[in-house]
Amino acid sequence: MTLDKNVRVIPDTLPGIKNVRSFQAGATSSLAEMPRTPKRCGKIVSTVREALHRAGIRDGMTLSFHHHLRNGDLVVNMVLDIVAEMGIRDITLAPSALFPVHEALLRHVKNGVIRTIQGSVNGPVGQAASHGEFVAPVVLRSHGGRVRAIQTGDLHVDIAILAAPSADQMGNVSGVIGPSACGSLGYAFTDAQYADTVIAITDNLLPYPVTPFSLLQTEVDWVVPVEKIGVPEKIVSGTLKITQDPMRLLIAEQVARVVEESGLLIDGFSMQAGAGGISLAASACIRESMKKRGVRGSFISGGITGQSVDMLKEGLFRTLLDVQSFDLEAVASLACNPNHVEMSASFYANTAAKGCVVDMLDVAVLGATQVDTDFNVNVNTESDGVLLHGIGGHMDTAAGAKITVIVTPLFRGRMPMVVDQVITRTTPGNTVDVVVTERGIAVNPGRKDLLDNLRGKGLPLMDIHDLKKMAENMTGVPSMPPFGERIIGIVEYRDGSIIDVIRQRV
Amino acid sequence: MKTGLRRTSLYIPGNNPSMLQNASVYGADCIILDLEDAITVTEKDSARILVRNALRSIRYGTTEVTVRVNALSTHFGQEDFMEIIPMKPDAVRLPKCEAPEDVVQADQLITEIERKNGIEIGSVKIIPMIESALGGINLLDIVRSSRRITGVNYGAEDYTADIGAVRTKEGRELDDIRAKIVVAARIAGVHALDSVFADVNDSDGLFDEAYAARRLGFDGKSVIHPRQIPVVHRAFTPSQKEISFARRVVHAIEEAKQKKSGVIALNGKMIDAPVVTKARKIIALAEAAGYRDEGVLS
Repeated sequence: MTLDKNVRVIPDTLPGIKNVRSFQAGATSSLAEMPRTPKRCGKIVSTVREALHRAGIRDGMTLSFHHHLRNGDLVVNMVLDIVAEMGIRDITLAPSALFPVHEALLRHVKNGVIRTIQGSVNGPVGQAASHGEFVAPVVLRSHGGRVRAIQTGDLHVDIAILAAPSADQMGNVSGVIGPSACGSLGYAFTDAQYADTVIAITDNLLPYPVTPFSLLQTEVDWVVPVEKIGVPEKIVSGTLKITQDPMRLLIAEQVARVVEESGLLIDGFSMQAGAGGISLAASACIRESMKKRGVRGSFISGGITGQSVDMLKEGLFRTLLDVQSFDLEAVASLACNPNHVEMSASFYANTAAKGCVVDMLDVAVLGATQVDTDFNVNVNTESDGVLLHGIGGHMDTAAGAKITVIVTPLFRGRMPMVVDQVITRTTPGNTVDVVVTERGIAVNPGRKDLLDNLRGKGLPLMDIHDLKKMAENMTGVPSMPPFGERIIGIVEYRDGSIIDVIRQRV
Repeated sequence: MKTGLRRTSLYIPGNNPSMLQNASVYGADCIILDLEDAITVTEKDSARILVRNALRSIRYGTTEVTVRVNALSTHFGQEDFMEIIPMKPDAVRLPKCEAPEDVVQADQLITEIERKNGIEIGSVKIIPMIESALGGINLLDIVRSSRRITGVNYGAEDYTADIGAVRTKEGRELDDIRAKIVVAARIAGVHALDSVFADVNDSDGLFDEAYAARRLGFDGKSVIHPRQIPVVHRAFTPSQKEISFARRVVHAIEEAKQKKSGVIALNGKMIDAPVVTKARKIIALAEAAGYRDEGVLS
């Protein structure tokens, strides 16, 4: 008998190896023990329905989505329509955020397909929540808090749906190319890593391998090509213009003055400011201050705009850490500039991670729908008590940044924005350092160091109680909106504790 | 006048509640709540009501509050006075003044309303606006026609249209009226106030014009957008050199007073009253600017 030259004598036991198995070419029995389906060269299925079916969708499951397609998103509505057609009920929706376009989901709330939402509710969906239309209370989490909840199992995702601007047959996904390009896919990383099943839906299927890829074939189970995942002009805007509103500009200038005098505007400076009117203008003012002083910063984090890109090009910052790209310039820059880096929501803001970006921030400029005299901030509910906004990275950046600056007009219309007690506590006062309004600047008395830096610099510093009185002198004291007993929303702090609850409007 | 300064007078359309509410937050020395050219005929009554209520309920702090009423020769003037004067604005801006009688008529009406409302006679001041060739010719008589007058202004657009001049960015066509305004204001002992600079995006052009106005002798300039305010204030901020000279003048005066010395001299030169007046004005401007090191007239 001739011995096959490929046969090797393998002992039954070997030091350091727990269960010794001999290799057998072509055998499937050993491969069957591998944790994932073997040699998957194609994950394409022809319909979303088929993908959901293969994912084993059933009543009561949790489906997650990310919001990089913003108000141009077609995926969430598309998937929930199909889920409804399949007769599935009691779904928990776990989006990183929703937009007005998702108002279409409300019929699935009414017909029992959607039971509740965990993550973020915004606009019309929030309004529906406030009026008690969901069976179970919605759970609001920050971007960092959402990651923590998924990682710890507080929020178990059965099926993650990825809106993929480009994908290949193996499920590598790119956000920077394709008709629905949105740039960073930062919020989707954790969903892809932790969901039981991951489905990428794309309108731009490209030959393998698609590059540059963000979400990986190692995590994606199925790829579904569809005609359209988004409406480009509603996904990213053109160049975001700096506001011309003199009031907002005035507040923005004051923010820059605070930053200038804070002692932090030196080489290595880092900041985060949103794409809202005042924040964008504040960035523009800080940009000028940096030029004037010759300061070279380290990074800008969070949602990235064309203005951030310009500051990178000007050498004012070394790096952009991008969890969400707001405009076309940001998308283009992420695609080609190695110093403009995509980051996951965990890397950005997860307090349970071994280190997140917000903890390295010098300054965060954040908005508010209300601030109270203890510096607590409400970003969730409007003055009428209706749930209208998600948390975003608000409580994460506030907790991390060395100086958290809240920008708000002293009143909007006839409502004062600085009040005795916020309707909903989103971000705790001990993480908020300065409130900047057009009529005065209040520094948290807990930040004596900052107060010392800002005093005597010609800034209109005031006690926050005086700021409140000034507002009330103009507007009168607003009464609390009428709430019922039923809890319709739970605001979870980034560490998983509950910081407030929201009751039904009556 | 509240701060005594009128470096900037910010126009606020009288029919915009939010702008009325926030009129004083941008740091202008003076605000002009406008019932005249910014308001269309159909909005006249609502603007009048809004401005009246704003004067009644909004605290504008140290900002001087003036109202540009419609001329008494129009349908709206009389009613503007009846509603606005009882609210005690610091002053009314009287448009299209062509002769002393225009001011006298307004003065009499204000007196009547003040009396009726128990307001101290003479409280509400008048700032006439010159907007025609005739007004330009009668300028000196106009500014001397009432004790209520504390400043005089001109409307560049109306004035140039009336005299048939071509409006240019350089503004040479306004040389004549500008000089007249300053001279008449000095004779009457009131503020000379320059007209607006229309291009809100050209802050360099605005600065040059405001700086030139200050050199001519103007005390301030009207502005149409809050972002023009810091630019004009910068132009009206004296230099370090001027400030230190002014300080020394005032110091010499104080010293002379203490010593009861009749003759006042600085570095061997006599100091007379106009020098002292100028010095005090420069110190006030410097203090209002809040800083000392970045003067522009070096």
